[in-house]
Amino acid sequence: MTSSRAAKALFQAGAVVLALGLTAAVLAATGTRPFAAFASIASGAAGNWGVASDVVVAWVPLLLVTSGLLVTFTVGLWNIGIEGQITLGAVFATWALRSCEGSALSPALAIALAFAAGMAGGSLWAMLVGALKTFGGVNEIFGGLGMNYVATALNIWLIFGPWKRPGIASMSGTLPFDKAYWLPTLNEQSRLAPVAAGAAVLAIVLVFLLVQGTYFGLKLKAVGKNPKAAFLLGVPTWQYMMASFAICGALAGVAGAVQVTAVYHRLIPSISSGYGYLGLMVAMLVNFSAALAAPVALFFAALNVGAIQLPITLKLDSALAGVLQGTLVLFVLLAEGLRGRLMGKKGGKA
Amino acid sequence: MNGDFLFIGLAGVLASAGPLVFASIGEAITERAGITNLSMNGLILLSAMSGFAAALSTGSLALGFLAGALIGGLVSGIVAFSSITLRQSQVAVGFVLTLLCRDLSYFLGNPIMGKPGPRLSATPLPALGEIRYLGPFLFSHDIMTYASFALIALAWLFIYKTRPGLVLRGLGERPAAAYARGANVNRLRYLYTIAGGAIAGIAGPMYSLSIKAGWKGTITGLDGMGWIALAITIFGGWSPVRVALGAYLFAFLQWLGLVLQPSLPGVPSQVLQVAPFPLMILTLLFVNVGNAEWVSASLARLPERPRRTLARFLRAINVKPPAALGTPFEKD
Repeated sequence: MTSSRAAKALFQAGAVVLALGLTAAVLAATGTRPFAAFASIASGAAGNWGVASDVVVAWVPLLLVTSGLLVTFTVGLWNIGIEGQITLGAVFATWALRSCEGSALSPALAIALAFAAGMAGGSLWAMLVGALKTFGGVNEIFGGLGMNYVATALNIWLIFGPWKRPGIASMSGTLPFDKAYWLPTLNEQSRLAPVAAGAAVLAIVLVFLLVQGTYFGLKLKAVGKNPKAAFLLGVPTWQYMMASFAICGALAGVAGAVQVTAVYHRLIPSISSGYGYLGLMVAMLVNFSAALAAPVALFFAALNVGAIQLPITLKLDSALAGVLQGTLVLFVLLAEGLRGRLMGKKGGKA
Repeated sequence: MNGDFLFIGLAGVLASAGPLVFASIGEAITERAGITNLSMNGLILLSAMSGFAAALSTGSLALGFLAGALIGGLVSGIVAFSSITLRQSQVAVGFVLTLLCRDLSYFLGNPIMGKPGPRLSATPLPALGEIRYLGPFLFSHDIMTYASFALIALAWLFIYKTRPGLVLRGLGERPAAAYARGANVNRLRYLYTIAGGAIAGIAGPMYSLSIKAGWKGTITGLDGMGWIALAITIFGGWSPVRVALGAYLFAFLQWLGLVLQPSLPGVPSQVLQVAPFPLMILTLLFVNVGNAEWVSASLARLPERPRRTLARFLRAINVKPPAALGTPFEKD
C-alpha cells in the first residue's frame, strides 16, 4: 500500500517535472529564457497583495464550477456545456438585478434574488443539455458545446440589443449596476467578495459530503460506474443524470452571478472567461476527487492571473498559462496510464 | 440574381467546405478503427498556425501543407499512445489536447500574427474551366479543393471496396473478429488514428494558406470548426460520401447566412456567426432521435400506415456508431 502510494507520488512528480520541462522547451524555442517567464508568472500572481487577491477572485468561480463538475463526473458525464451554464447564470443574475434596480426591494434581497436567478439559469441550461442527451440521443459533449455557443450569442444579443447602454452598445458590456447592488467586497478597490469565497468553499465541502457521505451520492457513483447495472438494480438512471446536470448547472450559475455582482458589476460579452473549460482540467488533474480540488484550482487561478502581465513584461502571449496547464494535465494523465501499465494495474475506463 | 453570381457563390461553398471535408473524413477513418479523436478543434488550429508559419519561413506552400499534416499526425499519435497503449480515457486526453493545442497555437503564433504570407491561388482546369456555369462551379478551384473532391472518392473506395478497408471497418465494429482473422488490432488502430489525424491536419493550412489566408490568433475565426467537423462525422454516419454531403450542406447554410445578412439588419453579426452550432445540435438530434426509447414507444402507439412511413424515415436518417468505438481492445 505505502509502496504503491509512493510510486504514484513519484509518477505524478515526474509528470509535473516533464510538463515544466516541455513548457520550458516551448519557451526556449521562442527565444525566451524559461526562468524569466516562470518568474514573471510568479511575481504576477504573488508579487503584491493586489495580484494575490486577484488570484482569489479568479479562484472563486473556478472552484465553484469544479465542484459542480465533480458531480457530473461522478455519474460519468462530460459537462462541457459548463461555459454556457456560467453565462446563463450571469445573464439571469443580471436580469434579476435589472428588474430590482429602482424597485422598493432592499439591495441585499435583490442580490440574493440575483443569485437564486443565476442558479436557476445555469440549471436550466444544463438540463437542456441533459434533455437533449436523454430524449434526443445527442451526446452531452456536442449538446453542451453547441449550447455554449448559443449562450454566447444570447449574451451578445442582450448586450447589443435589449440591454444596451444608453446611447451606444459596445463590447464593454451593459451599464454598470448601481453601487448599492454590488456584492460587498473587502474594500473599495478590491473585487474580492468574502461572501463569494465562502460560497465556493461551501460548494466544494457540500459536494464532497454529497458524493462521499450520502445515499444519493452512492447512487450517483453506481450510475457512473455502470449505468446498465445501476438501471437493472432499480436506479432510475436518467433522473440521476438530470439531477447531476441540475446541480452542476446551479453551481456554474452561482459562478456567473459572482462574476456579475462582485467582479464586473455588469454583464460583459465573455463573462464565463473560460473558467468552465479550466474547471474540467482541474477536475481531471485531481482525478475527480474533491479533496484536492481547492488547492489545485488555486494554483490554476494563480497561473492565469500571473500570465496576464506576460505581454507587457516579456512580450509573450498570455496563452502560456493554458500551455502550462494543458501539458500538466496531459502528462499527469499519461503518467497515470504508464503507472497502471508498468505496475500491472488493469487500465481505467476508455 | 443572375446565374453567374449563383454559381460563383456555390463554388465558394465547395471551396470553403474543403477543410471540413478533410477534417471529418480524417476523423471518420479514425473512428471507423474504433478510436475517437476528440482533439480535432485544437489540432486544426495548431496545424493552421504551423502550416502558415512553415510556408511563411520557407516560401513553399507544399511544405506548409506538409507541416499541417505532420502536426495532425503528431497530435493524433498522442491520442493513440494514451488510449491504445496506456488505456487512458479517449475523451479526457482528446479534450486536454484540444485546449492545449489551441493555447499552443495562440502562444507560438503570436510573432507571426497578422503577417502577410503566401496564398494558394486557383488553378482553373484547361478547357473544363471555361464551360459556362459548370466551369466556375467545379473546375476553377485551387489544387487542395480538387484534392478534397478526390479524397471523398478515394476514402469511399478504400473503406468499401478494398480488403484493408474491410479490416478497417472490422476494427471498429468487431475488433475481436478482426483479430481472429489475423489483424493486429492495436497496431492498425495506431496507423488509422495517425493517418486520420494527418488527413485532418490538412484542414488547418487549407484555412491559413487559402480560405482565410494568414494567422490572426484568437480572431482567426477557426475556433469551433473542429467541433463542427466531429459533429459532421456523426451526421455523416462515418461514411465518406454522406460526411462530405454534411460538410457541403453546412458550408451552404453558412453562405446562405452571409447572403441573407443584409436583409436581417436586426441580428448582430456575432449571433449569425454562431448559427452553425445550434444547427449542429439539430442535425445530431435529427440523426439520433430514432435511437431514443420514447420514440419507439410513441411510434408503437400510432396507426399502422403513418407508423410504417415514420419508422422507415427514421431508419433512413438514423446513424449508429461503430459498435466498438471508444472501447480498448485486449487480446485474451
